[in-house]
Amino acid sequence: MLGVLRSKVAFRANHAWGLEQGLRAIASRAFSSSTKETMTVRDALNSALDEEMSADPKVFVMGEEVGEYQGAYKITKGLLDKYGPERVLDTPITEAGFAGIGVGSAYYGLKPVVEFMTFNFSMQAIDHIINSAAKSNYMSAGQISVPIVFRGPNGAAAGVGAQHSQCYAAWFSAIPGLKVLTPYSSEDARGLLKAAIRDPDPVVFLENELLYGESFPVSAEVLDSSFCLPIGKAKIEREGKDVTITAFSKMVGYALQAADILAKDGISAEVINLRSIRPLDRAAINASVRKTNRLVTVEEGFPQHGVGAEICASVLEDSFEYLDAAVERISGADVPMPYAANLERMAVPQVEDIVRAAKRTCYRSAALAATA
Amino acid sequence: MACSATAKIIHNPLMLSSSRSAEKYESCCKISGPTSLLGSKFLGKKLLSAKSAISPASRRSGAVVAVSSDVVKEKKLKSSSSAASNLLITKEEGLVLYEDMYLGRAFEDMCAQMYYRGKMFGFVHLYNGQEAVSTGFIKLLKQEDCVVSTYRDHVHSLSKGVPARQVMSELFGKTTGCCRGQGGSMHMFSKEHNVLGGFAFIGEGIPVATGAAFTSKYKREVLKENCDEVTLAFFGDGTCNNGQFFECLNMASLWKLPIVFVVENNLWAIGMSHLRSTSDPQIWKKGPAFGMPGVHVDGMDVLKVREVAQEAIGRARRGEGPTLVECETYRFRGHSLADPDELRDPAEKAHYATRDPITALKKYLFENNLANEAELKAIDKKIDEIIEDSVEFADASPVPARNQLLENVFADPRGFGIGPDGKYRCEDPKFTEGTAQV
Repeated sequence: MLGVLRSKVAFRANHAWGLEQGLRAIASRAFSSSTKETMTVRDALNSALDEEMSADPKVFVMGEEVGEYQGAYKITKGLLDKYGPERVLDTPITEAGFAGIGVGSAYYGLKPVVEFMTFNFSMQAIDHIINSAAKSNYMSAGQISVPIVFRGPNGAAAGVGAQHSQCYAAWFSAIPGLKVLTPYSSEDARGLLKAAIRDPDPVVFLENELLYGESFPVSAEVLDSSFCLPIGKAKIEREGKDVTITAFSKMVGYALQAADILAKDGISAEVINLRSIRPLDRAAINASVRKTNRLVTVEEGFPQHGVGAEICASVLEDSFEYLDAAVERISGADVPMPYAANLERMAVPQVEDIVRAAKRTCYRSAALAATA
Repeated sequence: MACSATAKIIHNPLMLSSSRSAEKYESCCKISGPTSLLGSKFLGKKLLSAKSAISPASRRSGAVVAVSSDVVKEKKLKSSSSAASNLLITKEEGLVLYEDMYLGRAFEDMCAQMYYRGKMFGFVHLYNGQEAVSTGFIKLLKQEDCVVSTYRDHVHSLSKGVPARQVMSELFGKTTGCCRGQGGSMHMFSKEHNVLGGFAFIGEGIPVATGAAFTSKYKREVLKENCDEVTLAFFGDGTCNNGQFFECLNMASLWKLPIVFVVENNLWAIGMSHLRSTSDPQIWKKGPAFGMPGVHVDGMDVLKVREVAQEAIGRARRGEGPTLVECETYRFRGHSLADPDELRDPAEKAHYATRDPITALKKYLFENNLANEAELKAIDKKIDEIIEDSVEFADASPVPARNQLLENVFADPRGFGIGPDGKYRCEDPKFTEGTAQV
């Protein structure tokens, strides 16, 4: 049992979010052993890459600035020195080209890890991710499998504007043939990246820039080089009995904070860390909703056709009779991400939004929520 | 002489890109046109003539095609009049080339018949007229070498060794096809013969081919395997305006990848003439801009193509890096079987029909006493029987079963996730029977 979060509070009162600092979650009571080590998400990803590259010589890393610059967000730090320029390739600025080269090399036997500086740039390569990676195993009737991982930061950062802040979880998880993973904690990052690299299918690995600097406790099992998490299984981060809150990536932290606030009001929230958007762990979600009878989905991306829409539909299809209240979707605002810090705050879900939604499902809120 | 001019181009790419003097142009113009002066004036002339006159001759005034055919004829005459040791091919090679080209032609003609009878459907793009490129290049490859193509991929697959039966079944959408009916005309894949697709998007295959070439280099340098496998990327003139083409020319040259970029310039991208869409229509020039040799060759002459191919593939195998080969060719049919083909000038089509590569090779074989009528007729008969057999086979093959719908989406089918009962959906028997809710 790998424990509940235990991270320090460092809530910034001002709006100056540093890129490297990231967001820190409010502390929650944890039942942890005294010998818990902590690890940042960045180190977790770096160590996972390192171990997989050392275990299998066919694994190589490719992307902009992954080599000499040590990684745009330092995720690939030290790998160039360790494995050399043939295995850690600095590419020119050619997303379509190098994503395609990655796919072609995967067709012919290697296991590339292609880094997009942010997933916004994956749109330049989206033809390869979908048409030549995701669909190939099917089109070739199993002859050509594509063991590739596309990874990079996804979603909003701090003050980076509309073209650098989109969340791509919903788009990629619509595609059959792809697996889409969204780690939250360091344990998730390590386990899921290792699973992704070992997986024989194309995996889109959506990280979050603001989580890179966050520390999470890790057990000895997580630090072991053979540690791997199963793809397609969600994690119950916090057990509860009154309302189910599903979230992924950074929103898991917000959901846990919301759960703390709700607990003070006597509402016990169950927080599910989805971990895998495709395949979605519908079994876990439905089992939880059947227990609590209420659902709030949280995501950072745009509302229409989002991950929350899929979860709500799934719950309505499978567990309709169990619902005691309408399902609630919390998502980013239906606008391109604004730059001004106060507008940006309004465009991304905050803890208060989650709390309000959960209270609505429990018929505890006084006024209707603002629907922006 | 054409031969040495070719050699010059291959070994001295810099000469090409830096040359501006008329004298230098002379040598490279032996391939492109003896009287033309490359430059804006020339291009202007070409474009003007393309707009006004319709005859193929003026359309191609001083252009690559018309003149190179003279060059080739001149070369062929030379070789046919010289001693046997100067011949480009042996009898066996000649028969292999002839058989392969005839197979491609007969197969595509049968495809057209089957399409109009309703046995084939969707998008079908035929290769008639371009056989010299496929045969000229692919017959030089080993089984481990890779071929990446576009939607016009039937003949590339056949040349690489995929049995005609499998290709025909795939086109009929039967489960015995090379991709079990799941790919179709535009997505021919064969792991056994290293045909890595079959892509509907033009330009998509180029990075994939570059990646396969990257793998060859990686296997040699990192995994320390004895690997000298080469990849060929086939694509058309329209693709040469696409960003991915240039991205890959850059990276292939930067990393010296064992790849040959083969441009099948048939002058038309559906209904868009190459001259109307390209600022500088001479595609081979784009190679030296990226630091690799750019060669132009008459794609209607299989022997010329084979010669250039030998050089380019040899370069790649030796680790000297990529080559860009522009093969000037022509498709006798429309872009696809659904294309009415109204924009192309009948005179142009007639002109190219006289340069049919199969007829040309036949003529060469006869003139050089490499084969006689009877032998070629025997080959024709054999191929016709193979094609007939492949149609019968495809006809008799079953359509895919229901459960095939959900198969092969993932190499690891647990990608379908966990079902409502908490177990992986792929383990549910209904799933494999195709009766589970999809």
